[in-house]
Amino acid sequence: MSMRCGQALNAALHEIFERDERVYLIGEDLLDPYGGAFKISQGLSTRWPDRVLTTPVSEASIFGVSAGLALRGYRPILEVMFGDFVTLGLDQVVNGIAKFRAMFDERVTVPLVVRTPMGGRRGYGPTHSQSLEKLLVGVPGITVVAPSECHDVGALLAEAVDDDEPVFFIENKLMYGRPNRRPEGGRVDELACVEGEGRYPALTFSGNGFGRAEATLVTYGGMLPVALDAATQLILEHEVFTEVVALSRLLPLDLEPVLDSLGRTGMLVTVEEGTLTGGVGAEIAARVQAEAWSDLNGPVVRVAARDGIVPSARSLEDDALPGVEDVIAAVTALERVGG
Amino acid sequence: MDGQEQTALAPASADARALYARMRLIRRFEETLLELFAAGKLHGTTHTCIGQEADAVGVISCLEPERDVVVSNHRCHGHYLAFTDDVDGLLREVMGRVGGVCGGKGGSQHLFRGNFYSNGVLGSTVPVAAGMALAEREKGSGALATVFVGDGTLGQGVVYESLNIASLWELPLLVVVEHNGYAQSTPSRLQLAGDVEARAAAFGVATSRHDTTDVLEVQAAAREAVDHVRTTGTPYFLVLDTYRFSPHSKGDDFREPEEIAERRLRDPLTVAAGIVGEAEREEIADAVERRLAEAVEQALAAPVPATEPATR
Repeated sequence: MSMRCGQALNAALHEIFERDERVYLIGEDLLDPYGGAFKISQGLSTRWPDRVLTTPVSEASIFGVSAGLALRGYRPILEVMFGDFVTLGLDQVVNGIAKFRAMFDERVTVPLVVRTPMGGRRGYGPTHSQSLEKLLVGVPGITVVAPSECHDVGALLAEAVDDDEPVFFIENKLMYGRPNRRPEGGRVDELACVEGEGRYPALTFSGNGFGRAEATLVTYGGMLPVALDAATQLILEHEVFTEVVALSRLLPLDLEPVLDSLGRTGMLVTVEEGTLTGGVGAEIAARVQAEAWSDLNGPVVRVAARDGIVPSARSLEDDALPGVEDVIAAVTALERVGG
Repeated sequence: MDGQEQTALAPASADARALYARMRLIRRFEETLLELFAAGKLHGTTHTCIGQEADAVGVISCLEPERDVVVSNHRCHGHYLAFTDDVDGLLREVMGRVGGVCGGKGGSQHLFRGNFYSNGVLGSTVPVAAGMALAEREKGSGALATVFVGDGTLGQGVVYESLNIASLWELPLLVVVEHNGYAQSTPSRLQLAGDVEARAAAFGVATSRHDTTDVLEVQAAAREAVDHVRTTGTPYFLVLDTYRFSPHSKGDDFREPEEIAERRLRDPLTVAAGIVGEAEREEIADAVERRLAEAVEQALAAPVPATEPATR
């Protein structure tokens, strides 16, 4: 049984703290025995009491404090308890953290990692369940990383801490409790899986050994298991083969693996948990049509949350968020369009 | 204590001369900028501190630029010149010419050099300065971070979040409030309730308030504040009542001319005139004019920055 993603992130934080004394952790409710609202920071304050700073409920300020530390030689990790609360720090992000390097003529860096959980399906309701990556993807000057449960989540976090750019590291809430399902022998369960090279790699999955397939599903983060379940059901119940690309870096957008897969499929479906309008899928669609128009046999289709709130009641939440059936419906509809 | 003895002593005449000369430089630098704007030779915007020079010069004369950090705001030219003396870098930055301290990317309100930083969103600078103070404390450098804000910025919630943190974590942070009575065009009576000092005192932050445009008095007040931060490692909130003769930006002034005229009687340059002799004042004035004329001439002759290819 592999480690759960949350445990893997916690173990990575311990290794990162051991390795680099410039790393500080800043955020709310971090101290043991609490160890952060999702327990990802457990044990750190006991081992490094001087480098774990539990803060008042002051997101706007702690984004700035972290930026100040990063500008003066430290490598802070800011834990934002819920991704929804990133909005409280957005001034610091948009008008400071993302701009300092460029507006100060490349003579400073802001090596800051903002870790935060996004996503729903836990019944937390409209202000504790959102996937707000799209707000960040529109901010030039930051890097946005969103690992899935099949990525080496701990290694990605270590890469983010080593990165000289400010990195938003988006953790999915459901992912914390799920096994970190790393590819073994080029496979994850029944699907072949290829991992890209370098920092923040993408994963590409295929049900037929990367032969000709009907569509590429591009996704990230907590939507990967949904996309993989859809891909498996499409094979078993519809005899339709797809490829699934799980990006780990959303900004700058890692388009290469998408274009590579599209060369074998000719159809593209974007799958994300955030709301539809102005989403990550829209950006991918725009770039893909510009880069690979001749590879496309049909329109790019977006699967996303309904534009609106994420309701609390389970039945309503399930209805608002995109699920396996929505992905299957999008692919089978494309099938009819593209023949 | 050494620090207190120093405060009690009258400043050396060389020091007084330097304070006056620096204020004169800042005054004429900014008047020159406004003239260049009027002549159509500058693009963009600027926020001058004409009338407030004693704050920048008095406070920064108590800091050590090689280790202390200064974080300033949109109205940053005086702070920058007092801290760095970099006339050419600032002028070219504002003019968008090669040799600008940030390559023309920052412009008037986004400056970085050495330990000096400025940014243009009010209040956002206070937590950043607090983080810098934390960094210096952790390094054991003995440095303090000074952040300059205005009374308008006291409307921003993040200021109070940051005062709370600075007090809780005992950060070597000096917050200087240059209270010029206006938030852009809005007078304090329409935007500030209660007691300004009490806002910091509520967080257990040491505070004092001084209604003066005398650079020596500002320096004495700042010395006390800096000594407090340096020796206790805890924050200080220094409120300096002042007045801005110039508009908020370039031409946007709707204040009563009588009000401005009355305040001009307390012009920090007039107040400080007595600390140097008349001959010295003329010497300083001539030197400043020569320096600025040369800087303007060279800046106008400098090329504009080359554009760069997109990377993402």
